Amino acid sequence: MSGWQTLLYKEVLRFWKVSFQTVAAPVLTALLYLLVFGHVLADRVKVYDSIGYTAFLVPGLVMMSVLQNAFANSSSSLVQSKIMGSLVFVLLTPLSHWSWFVAYVGSAVIRGLCVGLGVLLVTTWFTDLSFAAPLWILVFAVLGAAMLGTLGVIAGLWAEKFDQMAAFQNFVIMPLTFLSGVFYSIHSLPPFWQRVSHLNPFFYMIDGFRYGFFGISDVSPWLSLAIVGAAFAVIGLLAVHLLRIGYKIRG
Amino acid sequence: MPAISFQSVSKSYDTPRGSFQALDGVTFDIEEGEFFGLLGPNGAGKTTLISILAGLVRASAGQVVVHGHDVQKDYAQARRQLGVVPQELVFDPFFTVREALRIQSGYFGVKNNDGWIDELLSSLGLADKATANMRQLSGGMKRRVLVAQALVHRPPVIVLDEPTAGVDVELRQTLWQFIARLNKEGHTVLLTTHYLEEAEALCNRIAMLKTGRVVALERTSELLKAASSNVLRFKLDGPLPPQFEGKARVTGRIVQLPAHDAHDIERHLAVIREAGLRVEDVEIRKADLEDVFLDVMKEREVLA
Repeated sequence: MSGWQTLLYKEVLRFWKVSFQTVAAPVLTALLYLLVFGHVLADRVKVYDSIGYTAFLVPGLVMMSVLQNAFANSSSSLVQSKIMGSLVFVLLTPLSHWSWFVAYVGSAVIRGLCVGLGVLLVTTWFTDLSFAAPLWILVFAVLGAAMLGTLGVIAGLWAEKFDQMAAFQNFVIMPLTFLSGVFYSIHSLPPFWQRVSHLNPFFYMIDGFRYGFFGISDVSPWLSLAIVGAAFAVIGLLAVHLLRIGYKIRG
Repeated sequence: MPAISFQSVSKSYDTPRGSFQALDGVTFDIEEGEFFGLLGPNGAGKTTLISILAGLVRASAGQVVVHGHDVQKDYAQARRQLGVVPQELVFDPFFTVREALRIQSGYFGVKNNDGWIDELLSSLGLADKATANMRQLSGGMKRRVLVAQALVHRPPVIVLDEPTAGVDVELRQTLWQFIARLNKEGHTVLLTTHYLEEAEALCNRIAMLKTGRVVALERTSELLKAASSNVLRFKLDGPLPPQFEGKARVTGRIVQLPAHDAHDIERHLAVIREAGLRVEDVEIRKADLEDVFLDVMKEREVLA
């Protein structure tokens, strides 16, 4: 294995060794959401005429799990190794900032997809899902996970303590995810909040992802792809820049 | 070409109380194959200098070159030359000893390294710990793993930042035997330590840092020659006579005074007699590096 492959392998091994906590636990959480919300709201919320609420909810929950776990992987790995001091083992190596980026974001994508697949598998017991355009599913899952993995890198570099990390997660990532249409279609919102939702890049990830299942979405998947792709490019360049200058990791 | 070249290296930090100059124009070279000691009191800038060398910290001015590679511009090549043992006892709790060493090899692109890893494990007395998780190891064992991790890619230059601080005698022996062997085989070694007898025994050349500046840079033998040749050591049962203030090294009841010749010794003893004090366990010994160190830290002006 070359240097970046080793770092990627190490990062995957890190979460896999505690997979009960990093994969199984989020799958259970998503299942609880499905059981509770699906049960309570199934007869009250109708998003698209042809789709039941539970079926509508599943892709949203899968994507939410993908995004949250991708973010958690890179951010917690960086913060932990900064606080424990073990990041020095990577800092002393000849690995370039691109290697760091690919390895940390790559492992975040893998964790996100593992959890997402787990959620999909357990939730299929409860509803019949269609797979109208599987390629879109994969594209948005990977791109969304990469986007959140990259945000995790930035947050992990920035945070010096666990509570700063928790603040980033609770005040930025959670609201953006919850308000992106995981549990509802934004068409059910008043016009003002619809416009606000359109400013949230997470909305396009979930909307595009859902298009892959139902062939229906609030906006065109191409538009979603363009917006998510552009957002990833901007955030990605920022993360690579921070890694290059050693932001908060090299004195 | 020197193994390591420090060229006018300065580092200042912004603190709430203003700018702090950790290093101020440090310049010296370490030749290939040397066993070099970097000494100085706490806060002298030793760890900052080593961190700049390792690429963990950027110099505010000046440059550091390792085997011809600038540690900033050509960091990848420079870091391949270096095996750095950090001062802090850090470890990655997710892995076993062997996993940690394989991963560290992989970062440097070294494949199929188990032969060398096994050799490192047995040389450092870790052979029976290969499958143990890092969390299960004692402090001394973790320290050994740190040394092994620094050496997985067979670096020609080995940097040890206070590797024996708080370490038991057995590990110090094992470690120094191993490092001395590597030095004999041609590795350059740069060592910072608080144990001056270690530096005296191992290092062929020494630099002393004081508040970010080099205050001595000489062969160990020259440094020892330059110091007062003898030391008068005794136990005192009363207060130190004022004539000895600033000259004596006092450790509890033990007083040590530099003495060039028999005349000096007679004079010291006369002072004590006149003060009406009693001495026990009088001993005359050769000056060691600790005497030189204290001497240099007290008196010597900064070298140009």
